Amino acid sequence: MIRALARMAVWRLVFAVPLLLAVTMGMFALAKASPFDPVRQYLGDRALTTSPEVTERIRANWGLDRPLAEQYLTWLGNLVRGDLGDSRSLHRPVAEVIGDRLGWTLLAVGCALVLMLAGSLVAGVLAAWRRGSWLDRVITGTAYANEAAPVFWTGLLVIWVFAVKLRWLPSGGLTDPAATGVEPGDLLRHMVLPVVVLAFSQSSWLVLFVRESLIGTLREDFVVGARARGLRESTVILRHALRAALLPFITLLGARVPELVTGAILVESVFSWPGVASTSVQAALSADFPLLAALTLLATLAVVVGSLLADTAYVFADPRVRVLGVS
Amino acid sequence: MRSALTRLALAATVGLSAACSAAPAQDRPARTDTFVAGLGSEPDSLNPVMGYAADGGSLMFDGLVTRNADLTLRPALATGVPEVKGKTVTFTLRTGVTFHDGNPLTSADVAYTYRSVLDEKNNSGIRGDYAAIESVDAPDPATVVFHLKYPYAPILQRATLGIVPDGSLERSGFEAKPVGSGPYRFVSRTPGDKIVMEANPSYWGGAPAIKKLVLAFSSDDNVRTTRMAAGEFDAVELPPKAAARFENTDGLTVHRVPSADYRGVMFPMNEPVTGDLAIRKAVNLAVDRAAMVKTILAGAGRPAFGPIPPDTTWHNPAVEGSPAADQAQAVRVLEEAGWVAGADGVRAKKGTAARFTLMYPAGDSLRKELALAVASDAKKVGLDIRPTGLDWDAIEPRMSKDALMMGMGTPFDPDYTNFETFHSSFAGQGFFNPGHYKSPEVDELLEKGREETDPAARKQAYDAVQRRIREDEAWAYLVFLEHVYVVRGAWTGIAPSVEAHEHAAGGLFRNLAEWRPAA
Repeated sequence: MIRALARMAVWRLVFAVPLLLAVTMGMFALAKASPFDPVRQYLGDRALTTSPEVTERIRANWGLDRPLAEQYLTWLGNLVRGDLGDSRSLHRPVAEVIGDRLGWTLLAVGCALVLMLAGSLVAGVLAAWRRGSWLDRVITGTAYANEAAPVFWTGLLVIWVFAVKLRWLPSGGLTDPAATGVEPGDLLRHMVLPVVVLAFSQSSWLVLFVRESLIGTLREDFVVGARARGLRESTVILRHALRAALLPFITLLGARVPELVTGAILVESVFSWPGVASTSVQAALSADFPLLAALTLLATLAVVVGSLLADTAYVFADPRVRVLGVS
Repeated sequence: MRSALTRLALAATVGLSAACSAAPAQDRPARTDTFVAGLGSEPDSLNPVMGYAADGGSLMFDGLVTRNADLTLRPALATGVPEVKGKTVTFTLRTGVTFHDGNPLTSADVAYTYRSVLDEKNNSGIRGDYAAIESVDAPDPATVVFHLKYPYAPILQRATLGIVPDGSLERSGFEAKPVGSGPYRFVSRTPGDKIVMEANPSYWGGAPAIKKLVLAFSSDDNVRTTRMAAGEFDAVELPPKAAARFENTDGLTVHRVPSADYRGVMFPMNEPVTGDLAIRKAVNLAVDRAAMVKTILAGAGRPAFGPIPPDTTWHNPAVEGSPAADQAQAVRVLEEAGWVAGADGVRAKKGTAARFTLMYPAGDSLRKELALAVASDAKKVGLDIRPTGLDWDAIEPRMSKDALMMGMGTPFDPDYTNFETFHSSFAGQGFFNPGHYKSPEVDELLEKGREETDPAARKQAYDAVQRRIREDEAWAYLVFLEHVYVVRGAWTGIAPSVEAHEHAAGGLFRNLAEWRPAA
């Protein structure tokens, strides 16, 4: 089985190469077609008081006057050698910029993922178990409303309630503005709102899925049989029904990674969380191409790796796949 | 799609109630040693060579000279403000000054800083500002000599540029941990969030009273307002409307600081309609500047009639006008020049309708509102101005054909931006003189002002420039903006001074090192 798994992983990674090439090529084409002038964004306010001679010189130094294919190949060549280039808007090597921020994004997204899984499992099981009750209606209703609400809106609402009105938690940032270092307690207080909002905003589909799937499984013969044997209700639901209901869920989780990335972008922007996701917004706004290219590459990789992990987990979770193979 | 509407309505409600909930201003004890300033825009780079606070206002770096609140120069790293003699300027350096890493600051560092700005390879956005410099020499550790390509009096104003240690750009990591010689030294930076600095106890100008300084960044005006109200910030920069809620709040002071940051209509001079002096004069007379200040700027601004702001020594008081519109006079000017009213209410002269496009950058709501106001005022005297919102990249190629709502201005030296905006040699060069304004007299005056070193003679030249531009109505200057700050607590040493269009000079916070808690 391990060999089959390895074969799948290698196959996926091989497939990822043309995918990444296509994504980066598309990105270069889009950048070329974009009406935004990176030199003007680079100069900012100064663009209007900078002589055309200086502007042209910067353009030439960046190689923007070269043909598109040449720019792409140069970038690709540098990438292969491990050089991601320098961020134009931040004046630092791209690798350093990403290195500084990736950890904060992984921390927030990781915690949100765990919270989202735990929370929606509990809510979904409760709703299915007490189907049709007021509890079910509240959970389902909230999930639908949440699915319809954009993440940034939920974020702003939460800031208003918990940071502005109740003053329980800070409205944004990584640490207290007056703090000079990162203290665990301070960090934790600042993490609560972004993590909860990210987890909550991504959880609707999961709650609804768990509920539907569990309701379907509860009608199946083996559950009826388990009940007939007089097993306790909690055993029936958690040990028998839920296990069977959860299988497709793992695949779904992998497929939802892109949405998690989008959610992270919005949540980080709203809560001024200094991660890579909000940086991609800045990079796009300032037409900072080297940084944007690296971040897009990173997001694509996240999606590829996410679905690979989901499929791997599936192999371990579902005995049928284990028996029948994974080619 | 229905839900989108509902969401919008909800968002509006939340926004409104957030705006109305004037939270108590200080429920947190005032910190004694840490000062948090909330700023709207974050510097891309912390390296003066790349343009960080080139006009002074960087608390981490010192220039050869610095500015007093009245914008006069005083020595900083130099021992005195030298005289410009022809094409040579010599600075003598203060001795015993060290960088934050303990290394002594010598003329080699000064020469390195200026050479790096001028080096084409470094892509410095401010290189053009230092174009007058031919070379920089350091004959001995305490002497720096600037050799100029042409006589250039404003070189002293350019000497506010912060000095970095020799070899900074070649060493990696300067951007991550900048080293200067200023009153504050760098501690840490969380990009997108804040920069932390601490007082430099051995600063040559005396240690600052505020021991720890945090510059916190948040581009959203509402978020900054909320964080100020919540007590997270000790001071904040805000748009006028957002700052209004802090007026008359105990413990908070609202500072409205005048600026040289103007907005005005740039006219293309080679077009049949805007090229006619009568049309430009009529626009200038028809616009109601007082109403623009009152409604569009919420009172935080002043009418503008020329590129140089009142309150600076260079301003020519003769260049003034009426803040209110004078429609009767505008109509008279148009009639006399032969622009007669047509059937559709739009004037015409020999078959040419008095109609032109006024472009503005689409994302800039202030310029949009001003453009709409100009168009509606002009309509009352029979001019058909069509405001059009475009992206800068779409605006640039059209600037010689269509009028543009522009914004610029610096209070430091009248040569700044005005030379490029009105000298005929810059006609049509990018954003310099986009309207192709040509006046041999103005050319001569601008050159004289640039080369002359006697302040009285310079003043005379720039007075004449301002008068000439006003007579030619090269632009329709509308308003000077005011920048608004809210500060918590009582301080001595706050010294507002006329600010520039760019926030690079630090605004009210430029002299934080001199602020002291009031007893």
